[in-house]
Amino acid sequence: MAFKGQIIIDTERCKGCGVCVPVCPMKCIALSKNVNGKGYNYTETVNDSCIGCASCAMVCPDGVISVYKKKI
Amino acid sequence: MNQDIEARKQELLKEGYEEVYTRTKVLTDAVMHYCPGCGHGTTHRLIAEVIDEMGIQDNVVGVSPVGCSVLAYNYFDVDFQEAAHGRAPAVATAIKRLNPDTFVFTYQGDGDLAAIGTAETIHAANRGENMTMIFVNNGIYGMTGGQMAPTTLVGMRSATTPYGRRVDLNGYPLRMTELLSTLPGTYYVTRQSVQNPAAVRKAKAAIRKAFENQRR
Ligand SMILES: Cc1ncc(C[n+]2csc(CCOP(=O)(O)OP(=O)(O)O)c2C)c(N)n1
Ligand code: SF4
Ligand code: SF4
Repeated sequence: MAFKGQIIIDTERCKGCGVCVPVCPMKCIALSKNVNGKGYNYTETVNDSCIGCASCAMVCPDGVISVYKKKI
Repeated sequence: MNQDIEARKQELLKEGYEEVYTRTKVLTDAVMHYCPGCGHGTTHRLIAEVIDEMGIQDNVVGVSPVGCSVLAYNYFDVDFQEAAHGRAPAVATAIKRLNPDTFVFTYQGDGDLAAIGTAETIHAANRGENMTMIFVNNGIYGMTGGQMAPTTLVGMRSATTPYGRRVDLNGYPLRMTELLSTLPGTYYVTRQSVQNPAAVRKAKAAIRKAFENQRR
């Protein structure tokens, strides 16, 4: 059974720590070149291979990422 | 901004997606002052998620320490009391004894719990006080500038051990978990970490167990 995932990133809350980036098994998140209102390079999705595993959300200290998934 | 996020969530739900994870409402909307990547934020989240999942938000009192997490009460939407440096277990003892049906927890750093508050920690544990102590051990005094703590590991650099902790000069790190585990009054003690997704899930299960134990 495979899942398709979607993440929603609260970019204004993101501190650009990058903790979520290496834990993604699908390599679908990276730090943006742009900054948010606080001057942090926030996280963004870079491809649509997300499987909704929530690894990124688990390690994010600031609860920035919401994760959704559905069966495909 | 937040409205955009809410709208996006609703959109996904309509498209047949199920929610796997979202920030718990037991945390307030305040942006935490912790440095980027700090485990205090992750630990706050886990405690708030456990409170949420147990449905005890209106029946829990936290006690915050002196240290980086001194402002923890701004981030949890539950009742909180601030304690003097290291004295959180003593304050929590009183709260729990006066409100035996309320879930009580302390939230403390290593400078707080394992240095200035060692006596309170050990005696509260050994008296078997029915409460949960969350010990966030970063191996340093964070708030005051990263000085050596009793828990700083051998060889670990800090502001006051710039070449690493030396046993001949600074003695051995205090192993708080092992120490408490030898006390007959301790009901449950475990060491967890929050450095990767698997560890975070394990840490959350441990926090859940610690809170559930208060039901006995
Ligand atoms: C009675 C007293 N002594 C000393 C201090 C100074 N002080 C503030 S925070 C702190 C240590 C905090 O370290 P820790 O408990 O490890 O928490 P962290 O900041 O690393 O999360 C100290 C010694 C104080 N506020 N009150
Ligand atoms: S939910 Fe999993 S696959 Fe999707 S972005 Fe997060 S870590 Fe990557
Ligand atoms: S872990 Fe959270 S705060 Fe850090 S970069 Fe990722 S989304 Fe931003």
